[in-house]
Amino acid sequence: MNALLLSAILGVVMMFSGILLKSKAAVRNLAIAGISILLLVNILEMSGTVFFRIDTKGMMAFDNFALLFNSIAFISTLLYLLLSARDMEKVGVNYAEYFALIFFILCGITLTSSFRSLLILFLGIEIISIPLYILTGSDKRNLKSNEASLKYFLLGSFSTGLMLMGIALIYGAIGSFDTSVIGAFTGTTPSALLIAGILLLLFSMAFKASVAPFHFWTPDVYDGAPTVFTSFMATIVKAAVFIAFIRLFDESFGFQQKQWQLFIAILTVATLFIGNITAVFQQSVKRMLAYSSIAQAGFMMLSLYAMNTDAKEGLLLYTVAYSFATIGIFAVLIKMKDYTFDGFNGFAKQQPLLAATTTIFLLSLAGIPLTAGFLSKFYMLKAAMGTGKNLWLVIFAVLMAAVSVYYYFRVIQAMYFKEGNPQPIETTPVFKWTLVVLAAAVILLGIFPNLLLSWYYF
Amino acid sequence: MVPVLLILIPLLAGLATFFFKNEKAVRLWALFSAIITLVISVLGLTLLKEEKYLQHSCEWIQTIGSRFSVKLDGMGQLLCLLNAVAYPLVILATWNSSYKKSNNFFALMLLAQAGMMGVFLATDALLFYFFWELALIPMYFLCSQWGGERRIAVTFKFFIYTFIGSLLMLVGLLYIYSKTPDHSFSIESFYNVVLSNKEQTLVFWLIFVAFAIKMPIFPLHTWQPDTYEQAPTATTMILSGVMVKMGIFGMLRWLFPVVTTASYQWGDFITSAALIGVIYASLIAIQQNDLKRLVAYSSIAHIGLMCAAAFAQNESGLQGLILQMFNHGVNIIGLWIVVELIERQFGTRKISELGGLAQKAPALAILLVIVALANIALPLTNAFPGEFLMFNGIFSSSTKYYLWFTLMAGMGIILGAVYTLNMIRRVFYGNTNELTAAAEDIKWNEKLALGIIVLIIFWNGVYPQCMLNEISGVTEPILKKFEILRYTTIPK
Repeated sequence: MNALLLSAILGVVMMFSGILLKSKAAVRNLAIAGISILLLVNILEMSGTVFFRIDTKGMMAFDNFALLFNSIAFISTLLYLLLSARDMEKVGVNYAEYFALIFFILCGITLTSSFRSLLILFLGIEIISIPLYILTGSDKRNLKSNEASLKYFLLGSFSTGLMLMGIALIYGAIGSFDTSVIGAFTGTTPSALLIAGILLLLFSMAFKASVAPFHFWTPDVYDGAPTVFTSFMATIVKAAVFIAFIRLFDESFGFQQKQWQLFIAILTVATLFIGNITAVFQQSVKRMLAYSSIAQAGFMMLSLYAMNTDAKEGLLLYTVAYSFATIGIFAVLIKMKDYTFDGFNGFAKQQPLLAATTTIFLLSLAGIPLTAGFLSKFYMLKAAMGTGKNLWLVIFAVLMAAVSVYYYFRVIQAMYFKEGNPQPIETTPVFKWTLVVLAAAVILLGIFPNLLLSWYYF
Repeated sequence: MVPVLLILIPLLAGLATFFFKNEKAVRLWALFSAIITLVISVLGLTLLKEEKYLQHSCEWIQTIGSRFSVKLDGMGQLLCLLNAVAYPLVILATWNSSYKKSNNFFALMLLAQAGMMGVFLATDALLFYFFWELALIPMYFLCSQWGGERRIAVTFKFFIYTFIGSLLMLVGLLYIYSKTPDHSFSIESFYNVVLSNKEQTLVFWLIFVAFAIKMPIFPLHTWQPDTYEQAPTATTMILSGVMVKMGIFGMLRWLFPVVTTASYQWGDFITSAALIGVIYASLIAIQQNDLKRLVAYSSIAHIGLMCAAAFAQNESGLQGLILQMFNHGVNIIGLWIVVELIERQFGTRKISELGGLAQKAPALAILLVIVALANIALPLTNAFPGEFLMFNGIFSSSTKYYLWFTLMAGMGIILGAVYTLNMIRRVFYGNTNELTAAAEDIKWNEKLALGIIVLIIFWNGVYPQCMLNEISGVTEPILKKFEILRYTTIPK
């Protein structure tokens, strides 16, 4: 509750800071201070200090799962702002508004991570989506940015429509928006109304999480949006959608697992296959990362498929591993002029520290042991194995993980083993140190995942 | 205590090496660390031979039942020793080769050593997997950065190949884990797990593929000759001397005792593939004009024989195998050192362009001949007792094709003599040409490295009992499991 209110307030504060504060540095520092406070109050709430007590009539539940994910999202955002806030200046003139939109998105994230009512889920998803449409089109003079924004908006509204329809159908079948009431449904044969509702909700969530075959918007939008915002969209927002996804299906539709499990399995296979195979053929690192985000979504889908304790723990770890690594890579990519693989040729000679940290992030995404990426994939596989059936799904997932090595390592090869002369880039000490901290966190979580997961049980 | 040190010293020394500036200091530091590791490994075999020194176990990821537990036991000790012996030798022998950014080179080499140590020591499946990969990653960077012209593509093939294998192994390990009653990755739980026949076959193949790629076994060997050829020779020495043993060791420790029935059932099939590989690789080796490729194919042939001996699944075969893993490692490093010396001096590895080296470099010639004779397992050299035991094992194995297998393995040995002696004749004898006329003999450090190898060759050849004592009885638990199988009919 702390974070929900404060993030909304901070959003408004940031909106006006553009008028009151003259220098961009001041705006930026205010945003960084704001996110730090947000993180702090959320951590306080985790340890029992709640500032605002508002009766939500059981529509929201701030449990460990929700609070821990909020913290993850805020830490990721803090690191993201430390790394990339400077680069937002290049996007356009409305510097302060970008931060305001980001805080509104965070507000939406706190809703989606802790909803107990389908209406709150809908609100959260919308509060996340609308600022994203704006951020995608924020590079006003760039045609690609405009196209991406329009595409995202049209498809996004369509999927929101599906979601509303699904919620309405479920309400028709059960007579409540409350997830626990829906979850307590014990009828032997679910009505067609209920099944249609579940499917519509599944499709719309799959769209938001860019799960195949609902992924077609992802590469274009990620590619067209200004790279700074792609970084935010592809990591924190995507993780939040997955958290909402697993919460929804765990609490509301757990009883129907047999009905939709095979469906999820098929979506998982399709996502893994399309994401990985298409990423292999990309020439631009940015587009490769867009497809990689689809591929990683496929791995996260395994947690939905399994839906056990391992799955929930694993998904939390996965969101951290994936967000940290991707934010780090994007932060370096933003600085580059040339987004192709060849643009990275010889990068290690020129920027040894940046190259080393990027390598760690790439290894993590590829799932190499000693990085958080490995353990998160491991948890996913373990969860899927725990269901005791459909071993082929696990084998397929690891084979696709092997494919992913191909495109992640192409960047490493370019940086270290190929000769080239990339254009010099400017970095600040803060930037470098934040990258080092990120890389250290990736490795530390890769060895001791319980540093994070023990919070889940505190 | 000892096993932890064996992993920590190369690990920390390796990490520290990244920050060195002076090339000479880097070499000295790496050599120093390698020697310390060697000393500790020898101490573990001799003075500190008590249970409390040889194992360590502490909490790691409690929630999923994985512990950081390592143990220096009979099966792993010779391989740890091999790993510890190999590094000083390699560093000594390549003292005069220069590497760009040598700090990174030696750092990665030491990290690989830590990884391999971990593989030989881990008694927790997840930890084993961690180290298995940890050994691979530095190798990827070493080969891609310092290798030959086609290094990037070749190393990538190697990496993808082994990575697919490892991931399938991970699935196999996870499968066993999900069947353990106490949900634990510890080796004891793995040994006690009960799997149905169908499950055994599934798990066996999932895990075996990783080991088969690593060894490598025909027809999964295609990455190997290219990688050995393109990698910097110091790395090749480690790859072929120590790293391939990870596959065989993994089989003995993580496969046979866990999925015994499947290992028994598929034994004939895999032995056939391995032995076809022996003959196939030997025939190619005879045709080779490139020294590195010749040694690479020779390595495939030897490993194939070892794999066949492993699947003989009797005492003689396994004892011989464990002995031979150590000795083959030493011998092949010796061969690579010679190849490296020749390449560095003449800038070529083509056998047809060399000749008459014995006149110009007598010391090198003598040392090489000894190593080469050991490679073909002449009596009184170290490879003889091991290969003899392995043959004995294959011949007395319980399969009905034992005669065929023995014949094929024998063919492999004869062919081995053909290509090795042929190589000596063409490179060291005959007339000198313009290139080799100006040859110089080897330097002190190379003499020292090769001299130590020759010493080991003779010591183990004349008095193999010393090592046999060390490993007597270590195969007992595996054999007992197979023994039970032999007298029971396997349900279909």
